[in-house]
Amino acid sequence: MLSKKEVEHIAGLARIGVGTDEIGKFSKELSAVLDWIEQLKEADIKDVEPTANITGLDNVSREDTALNFLGKDKIVNLFPDKKDNFNKVKSVL
Amino acid sequence: MIKDIHNKLVNKEISAVELAQEYFAVIEKKDKNIFAYLTLAKDSALEKAREVDTKIARGEAIGILEGIPGAIKDNICVAGVRSTAASKILDNYIAPYDATVIKNLKEAGAVILGKTNMDEFAMGSSTENSAYGPTKNPHDLQRVPGGSSGGSAAAVAAGEAVWALGTDTGGSIRQPASFCGVVGLKPTYGRVSRYGAMAMASSLDQIGPITKNVEDAAIILSVIAGRDDMDATSAHSSDKNYEKFLTGEVSGLRIGVVKNYIEGLGKEEKKIMDKVIADYKDLGVEIKEIELPTAAYALPTYYIIMPCEVSSNLARFDGIKYGLRAFDHKNTKLDFVPEDRNLIENYLDTRKYGLGAEVKRRIMLGTYALSSGYYEAYYLRAQKVRTLIKKDFEKAFAEVDLILTPTTPMPAFKIGEKTQSPLEMYLADIFTITANIAGVPAISIPAGEIKIDGKKLPYGFQLMAKWFDEENLLNAGYAYEVNPHTN
Repeated sequence: MLSKKEVEHIAGLARIGVGTDEIGKFSKELSAVLDWIEQLKEADIKDVEPTANITGLDNVSREDTALNFLGKDKIVNLFPDKKDNFNKVKSVL
Repeated sequence: MIKDIHNKLVNKEISAVELAQEYFAVIEKKDKNIFAYLTLAKDSALEKAREVDTKIARGEAIGILEGIPGAIKDNICVAGVRSTAASKILDNYIAPYDATVIKNLKEAGAVILGKTNMDEFAMGSSTENSAYGPTKNPHDLQRVPGGSSGGSAAAVAAGEAVWALGTDTGGSIRQPASFCGVVGLKPTYGRVSRYGAMAMASSLDQIGPITKNVEDAAIILSVIAGRDDMDATSAHSSDKNYEKFLTGEVSGLRIGVVKNYIEGLGKEEKKIMDKVIADYKDLGVEIKEIELPTAAYALPTYYIIMPCEVSSNLARFDGIKYGLRAFDHKNTKLDFVPEDRNLIENYLDTRKYGLGAEVKRRIMLGTYALSSGYYEAYYLRAQKVRTLIKKDFEKAFAEVDLILTPTTPMPAFKIGEKTQSPLEMYLADIFTITANIAGVPAISIPAGEIKIDGKKLPYGFQLMAKWFDEENLLNAGYAYEVNPHTN
């Protein structure tokens, strides 16, 4: 069972604000799934290579050239808060 | 269906504008109850239809998809149209560009009616996780249409679109297709570019068609398939016209069946599956019993790989570049003074108010599994089990051409029936998830109906094929559809 402290820690890492009333619920639900996936420990994976790309593609590369994106204004319009063409955010430091 | 409508357009029995208007009229009438659509794109749809009509009037030949109205799942970007992925965090997001599949469909002349409801960011099996409310199953409004592409499946089933696109990460095209009595195709991983589809679990995601029949699925796949420089995982393949593989001839084809998948079903479901097997035997198919011993691990493997990739992919929704930023959210009652919050708190607030419970669960699960000290026990182990599952499929496909399973353990469940237990909801995908883990193409085809509470509920079967063997997959489905069935 994940402790409340662990849930708070994970939520912090995931940048998700969690109300004190929600922590118990998340702890129960996440623990249930974690207990259930424990069954994977039965699988014999000795000397088995991991699969990341299922069709076997490896290191797909392309020329490092700039592309002209035509939707610049549309991107700027999506900023939640802006001043001129700058995206206005809370101070980083 | 697409071919019939195409012929009507060519023979001037109906114009493309009239056709689009007809579909908007059906939406107007039915969608109050079904709620398949989140956003309609009336102006751009009619404009496209007018272009097609001009071409026809000039006596120019038109392509098979020109003027044919369809619907797009809301996690696929259509330029200039609101694309929310059914999440409050993207409530005001207007897609600045077309996904590659949309670019291809537009070039083929398809008319896009609107964007369909889904589980938030494609996380769910019922569309009940949509931030805008659930879609209802057209066959019984008390029941779910399945998910996550529930809006797309319901739209096609209710005649609110000729065809639709969905995305499938663990069964999200095939399970709703089965629940709604339509055809749903998940192509091979890499067959279709995902550029412009909002990433959920990148090693599993795939876009595919939901249609009334197999021929239509082949027509849509022909348009959307192919290598794309914008998606490095898309596979090189020569341009294909998938309709030309639809001969309906399957004599001598070998189809594998996993015995305990069928034996474990309920009585009515088993009866339908037995009939499908008998029908294929009548068509000269050789049915062989096969085993997929490690497939039992597919579901837990999925619930490690998927949340890990989700936690990484959804980190982009932080309220900085686009979408909701908690400082000005008018629809929720903020329990803080926004001006007093710092940058980190702004992230926390944005994601707290912008994301739904299931999305939060999966992000946290993945964050936990990838956190320091747990990577090997979870993600790496799951990737190794994935290799075992892939090998099982390779072994099976040495003996058979296709694998036949039910699409789901049972037909559509009731709204609210499974929302209290996330784990129980996950089990709805038990037969579909293996195809995503193994990366193989799979299709769900309507097989029959099961009467529950006086309503006839559709039930589908699934075929899986070798990597990049959509030809045999589609043709076997087509053969089932066009040949007479046993009673």
